Amino acid sequence: MNLWQAILEALESIRSNKMRSTLTILGIVIGVGAVIAMLAVGAGAQSTITGSISGIGSNLLFVYSGNSTVDVTNPKMITTDDAAAMLDQSQAPDVLAVAPEIQGSLKVSAGKESENATVSGVTVDYATVRNSTLSEGSFFSDQDILGRTSVAIIGNSIAKKLYDRTDGVVGETIRISGQPFEVIGVLESKGGSPFTSQDNTVLVPLTTAQVRLMSRGSDEVDVVYVQAISADSVSAASDEISQILRTRHRTKVGLDDFTVYSQEDFVSTAKSITNVFTIFLGGIAGISLLVGGIGIMNIMLVSVTERTREIGLRKALGARKNDIMLQFLTESSMLSLLGGVIGIGLGWLLAFLIGKIATALGSPLQPEVGLNAILLATIFSTAVGLFFGMYPANQAAKLEPVEALRHD
Amino acid sequence: MKEAVIQVTDLKKIYQMGSVEVKALAGVSFNIYWGEVVAIMGPSGSGKSTLMNLLGCLDRPSSGSYILDNEQVADLNDDDLALIRNQKVGFVFQSFNLLPRQTALANVELPMRYAGVPQAERTIRAKAALEMVGLGERVHHKPTELSGGQQQRVAVARALINDPAIVMADEPTGNLDSKSGKEIMELLLGLNRDKGTTIIIVTHDPGIGAQAQRVIRLRDGVLEEEKA
Repeated sequence: MNLWQAILEALESIRSNKMRSTLTILGIVIGVGAVIAMLAVGAGAQSTITGSISGIGSNLLFVYSGNSTVDVTNPKMITTDDAAAMLDQSQAPDVLAVAPEIQGSLKVSAGKESENATVSGVTVDYATVRNSTLSEGSFFSDQDILGRTSVAIIGNSIAKKLYDRTDGVVGETIRISGQPFEVIGVLESKGGSPFTSQDNTVLVPLTTAQVRLMSRGSDEVDVVYVQAISADSVSAASDEISQILRTRHRTKVGLDDFTVYSQEDFVSTAKSITNVFTIFLGGIAGISLLVGGIGIMNIMLVSVTERTREIGLRKALGARKNDIMLQFLTESSMLSLLGGVIGIGLGWLLAFLIGKIATALGSPLQPEVGLNAILLATIFSTAVGLFFGMYPANQAAKLEPVEALRHD
Repeated sequence: MKEAVIQVTDLKKIYQMGSVEVKALAGVSFNIYWGEVVAIMGPSGSGKSTLMNLLGCLDRPSSGSYILDNEQVADLNDDDLALIRNQKVGFVFQSFNLLPRQTALANVELPMRYAGVPQAERTIRAKAALEMVGLGERVHHKPTELSGGQQQRVAVARALINDPAIVMADEPTGNLDSKSGKEIMELLLGLNRDKGTTIIIVTHDPGIGAQAQRVIRLRDGVLEEEKA
């Protein structure tokens, strides 16, 4: 008996027992659907996160105080002087611009409206380094930095929340931690994404922030953004900065008290995090697929018992062990393949709905149903059917014809 | 001299029921020749169904020799036996044993599927066989839409489909009214007449036994007598 006939017969048998087949398939449908949806969400999260990191700019470096990989005794913080030293053209020829920043989450208010925002103290170069553009007004000048003026540039969504508009805001007064600042510019919206949300940001001059908003010891900064002259010179710039900081901090070899990240480091970190997340979700979903497979085995065993007489008859008419084996294996894999196909549809729908819900909740996520996920689910569900069909099929095949025929 | 298609020598079938040995067949020897119509008769429990299962290669003997068409059956493996059941032997059962969800046509085709006959040829041959048993108009009916006699005729068509040397019928008329029973017997005997097929019928009905050329009588697992 060839495979095509076996498939036709299996479909016939599945069809003749609609209710039972449907319930059996349901287990696989849910399993495959869950796997597909979870993998899609994982892939979507990954591309959203890495995409937003990539949006930062590929020639950017981030310098932080501290080192998470080794214990350093008596670490020194990175200061504005360190940042200034990085601009030394003879020691760091690959560095184009440097922008130190201090950050804090502070209450900003205007009139009766108030809002928590990320307030950043920045320098003039911040605009070029972070590629910030203004929808109105102008960026800080050197005078603002030197004179510690009380001016602020606000993010798009802050403008909306506090003033209910995004234009004509320049000239308004905003209170940050209760202190009045004059709004001199509004940042253009970059869209919400987990890392670069600058829509909910307020920028003030670094010096002003140090003196009036955030207390940091001796010119400490939270992060220094370093722009390399090109994407190719990022690693050279990273080495140069590290060398400058090692000299200035007098660190021992291998005991850096600072960390330099490139955008690529962030992307690979984010990727490995989202991969773990995807595997975790997929694994949990995989368990339901396994349960579905056990359901198939259960039903196939019932079916073998029920059809013992039929098996006996088929053997009496010349069916070999392999013919019977093929018949039952085909049936179990058809059941689970069918479940797999429907499950792919369900998973697709689920992923789509999750994407819609996530977007509605304000964190845009575009689940990606990949071709490899579909292939994986199809192959895996058929394999589940084959695997869990093996035992029942073997039980059927090894029935003695005379015993089977006697069975009622 | 007639040539034997079946040579049975001291054939035994012993079932182990717990600690008790039950001798369903306690050693029988006989020959059946090409083109014979033989009835195997005996009261229930005499071992006639056991003998039939052994002759049909549905079961293996505990000891003794069974030569079918010059082949020692004990030497064959499961797949060889399946091939014999497919090609050399056709079965007709008391309870018809048709696949309930398949049409008459598909039921008759089934042995050809296992023989690897292509679909087109299967359909032609199965239709011809159903016509031969007088069911040419009912090829697409399912067993539930047929009477008992018609179902058994489908079963006969199925038994014949691979042109076997022997047709074994186990109480073929047991579940039928006398008219249908008669028709089935006529079919089987006609087959013997026209094609020379060897027919072995297991029955306890003396009326059926009388239509056979020879009767093998069993009692308590041994041969009672052989009537020529």
